[in-house]
Amino acid sequence: MNFLERVHLDKPFFYGLLALALLSVVILYSASAGEVTLVLAQALRLVIGFAIMLMVAQISPESLARWSPHIYVAGLVLLLVVLVMGATGKGAQRWLNLGVLNFQPSEIMKIGLPMVLAYYFSRRPLPPRLSGIAVAAVLVLIPTLLIARQPDLGTALLVMTSGLVVLFLAGMAWHSIALLLGLLAASIPLVWVYLHDYQKQRILTLFSPESDPLGSGYHIIQSMIAVGSGGLYGKGWFNSTQTQLQYLPESSTDFVFAVFAEEFGLIGIFIIFAAYLFVVLRGLAIAFYAQDSYARLLAGSLTLTFFVYFFVNIGMVTGILPVVGVPLPIISYGGSSLVTLMAAFGILMSIQTHRKIIHA
Amino acid sequence: MLNIPLKDHFRETRLFDSRLSITAVIVLLLTLALLARLVYLQVISYRHYATLSQENRIRPWPIPPVRGRILDRNGIVLAENLPVYTLEITPEQVEDMDELLQRLGELVQLDATDIRNFKKQLRKRPRFESLVLRTRLNDQEAARIAVNRSQLHGVELQARLQRYYPLGGLAVHAIGYVGRIDEQESSGIDRSAYRGTQHIGKLGVEGRYEGLLLGQVGVEKVETNALGRTLRAVERIAPKAGQNLYLSLDAKLQATAEAALEGRRGAVVALDPKTGGVLVFASTPVYDPNPFVNGIDSESYRILLEDPDKPLINRVINGQYAPGSAIKPFLALGALESPGFDPAETIICRGAFKLPRSRRRFRDWKKYGHGEVDLQSAVEQSCDVYFYTLAVRLGIDYMHEFLTGLGFGARTGIDLIGESPGLVPSRQWKRARGEAWYPGETVVTGIGQGPLLVTPLQLASAVSALANRGRWFTPRMLRAIEDPKTKARREVVPELAGNIVVAEQGHWETLVASMIDVVHGEKGTARRIGWNAPYTIAGKTGTTQVKGVGQNEVYDAEQTPERLRDHALFIAFAPAEDPRIAIAVIVENGGHGSSAAAPIARKVMDQYLLSGDPDKSRTVSKPDHRSPSG
Repeated sequence: MNFLERVHLDKPFFYGLLALALLSVVILYSASAGEVTLVLAQALRLVIGFAIMLMVAQISPESLARWSPHIYVAGLVLLLVVLVMGATGKGAQRWLNLGVLNFQPSEIMKIGLPMVLAYYFSRRPLPPRLSGIAVAAVLVLIPTLLIARQPDLGTALLVMTSGLVVLFLAGMAWHSIALLLGLLAASIPLVWVYLHDYQKQRILTLFSPESDPLGSGYHIIQSMIAVGSGGLYGKGWFNSTQTQLQYLPESSTDFVFAVFAEEFGLIGIFIIFAAYLFVVLRGLAIAFYAQDSYARLLAGSLTLTFFVYFFVNIGMVTGILPVVGVPLPIISYGGSSLVTLMAAFGILMSIQTHRKIIHA
Repeated sequence: MLNIPLKDHFRETRLFDSRLSITAVIVLLLTLALLARLVYLQVISYRHYATLSQENRIRPWPIPPVRGRILDRNGIVLAENLPVYTLEITPEQVEDMDELLQRLGELVQLDATDIRNFKKQLRKRPRFESLVLRTRLNDQEAARIAVNRSQLHGVELQARLQRYYPLGGLAVHAIGYVGRIDEQESSGIDRSAYRGTQHIGKLGVEGRYEGLLLGQVGVEKVETNALGRTLRAVERIAPKAGQNLYLSLDAKLQATAEAALEGRRGAVVALDPKTGGVLVFASTPVYDPNPFVNGIDSESYRILLEDPDKPLINRVINGQYAPGSAIKPFLALGALESPGFDPAETIICRGAFKLPRSRRRFRDWKKYGHGEVDLQSAVEQSCDVYFYTLAVRLGIDYMHEFLTGLGFGARTGIDLIGESPGLVPSRQWKRARGEAWYPGETVVTGIGQGPLLVTPLQLASAVSALANRGRWFTPRMLRAIEDPKTKARREVVPELAGNIVVAEQGHWETLVASMIDVVHGEKGTARRIGWNAPYTIAGKTGTTQVKGVGQNEVYDAEQTPERLRDHALFIAFAPAEDPRIAIAVIVENGGHGSSAAAPIARKVMDQYLLSGDPDKSRTVSKPDHRSPSG
């Protein structure tokens, strides 16, 4: 056994993620207008993220499966705590102040929910029966509603999606899927009533950003200008006028893709898409080769959730989805979500590298 | 039996693999959708967004032009621009507006109106444009702002040019003033021409020649960031200053006229009969236009509005008065032009006139009459009975036609806005009001009473027609336009307004002789101003009733309240042989035209005709209490 096999590192995955990490550093250097401290902070986070990924990769899928219910329950408790006494950041209660660092319990749920669902379904025959689906629905709804109450609609929807993906992969019958989608569609008017005004505004803005170009439409208009003016070849590194002249808000975080698109154009986008698609397909392959249903469901869900982040972020930046505050995974500047993400990749690596080799 | 269902591993794997393949297809389709969107934005709509991006970066800043100055015929400045400090705020750069306003209130004087106006602007305005909080900061205030500037984020001290009227209220009704653009005006103008300008000409020459005075806004294209901070200038198109306007007005003559009217309500209009140029345009009382420039406070405005002397009214073009006997020379001309009229024919005036089959007596101003009078002596002595007789003979239709031909009853077309047309009554006019024309109305029209109304400007204009023996020009404020850069002057060409062609040239001399007699004749009603005049004046007095005097009443000026006393009028031109000035004077409730109005005309004519060098005559000064505030 060589070293790589002993440290449980999946090489294709590792290189794909490394490419994204490098792109992150390059684009953040420009998006922050050459702010070295910001780039160093991101580089440090990436290093920590990779370290966490490797650490998690060493844990065997069996141990992860055993811990799944505990992680889920711990996540729920923390969500309740944050609702009761969470520090208020940006008008929403999402953060727990742990003295040294602020911590967002909803991040745990991004992994905790797929884990508990995979755990639950792996112990039952598949496809799941209606009772199993009902239990799963409850497991999904509790954290979703708690996160939505913070209010953090974007994360709530993403957490819910990661749970629904498990249900889909577990083989939920098509008629049940149709029923579920119908229920979701029917609940939209109900949810609408409970939405905050700014949330409604964001969704309405999607349909006509020009109606309030300096208010709620400002983000999306400036972002589309940045992307569109990049053209085929882009304006070149550090030549993004939208960013350098500070027209584009949140250019280092949620809207970093707009900076990339403006500076590197469609050609650059092909590169970044290739990297993401490579990572996603590798994740799906890991799920395909996984040896038990817990590993399969978890690997599939984590990979697809990663893709959903990617899709929602770029959909938002290009004006086809509402501005929900989802960062571009790995590339966007930011701490809490990067750690979760890398932990998820660690799980995928663990699943891939702990396979029992069956010799023919 | 244990109810633990058995797992079918093979079936589960197959199910999972099929679901995984479906998700893989979905992933690829969604990725393609994103790429399609990106192709749409970056390739198909590239030009659109590239343009928007460029516009984002390069922001055009308006540079307001310098408004043209207004000067009198001798170059005396009537309206100019003075640098003043204004306190401006860019709201985007302010974190806490209320706190900032409070801080500023400690440094400079801010009253409730300033803050109210500011907040009004705040609600609708272009992004990143600075808003004026206060203007005309004094030196101490400006210094206090400058010292504390580092702590006042978003606050700027700007030196801007502001309209100033150095002579205060002098000729205010002619010059007008500029004021802030109000909402109604804002919808009627080309907003782009007024970028960076907050003022617009409201009245008088300022309003009428707004297009010439305004100038062309310049543009400085600057690269800015989204915070509105200027990074560097890319391109600059200099503004074009507005044209300087030279008026026909003679400021010194104007000052003399206003001083002569001081304390009275009235109007003096003097025209150059050879061009129609307005030499004097006086309407009293006057008011100071300077407070209007930045919005007069409501209390001061209320005082002006409620002043019983109505200073805001422009009496020259909006005051409509019965002309009284001042109409007689024009009717005399009409009579001379009517077929079969003999000016030498006499009537006997016994102090009253009666229509056939009527008991109503139309009295002469002279109780026992003027005796035997012909046309010339009737004008000289202002014999009412002669003109009653004449009016009946000419008939209202003829008088209406003739007076209308002289420009009465219609706007003169002076280059000012809002002129009143006056009124020459006719049968038709009465019919339109559902009334019949009474013969008595024809009679009183003969002495300029009844519904007949003229403005002082119309009178002066008609006088200049007599002075010129037929030809007259449209009254003009503007004399020349000067390009501020090249100093090139364009003179305004006089515009012929009308030409009365008489049947016999001798009619003019008959008429002018009768008007000379008014001033220089033995029995002339205005002989008091004529006996020592070094030049010949042709004139006519007028005294019009404000209060109707009953059939058997006697009018007694001493017993009548001031507001109900007669209006005094005087019209004249001089020198009679080769007139250089035509004038109309009206003094509201002034009493007799001969005593109240004629001396004012004499003063103005003396100054205009006798001072060879206009600069040697009395200097123009404005009354101290009219000095601008601030």
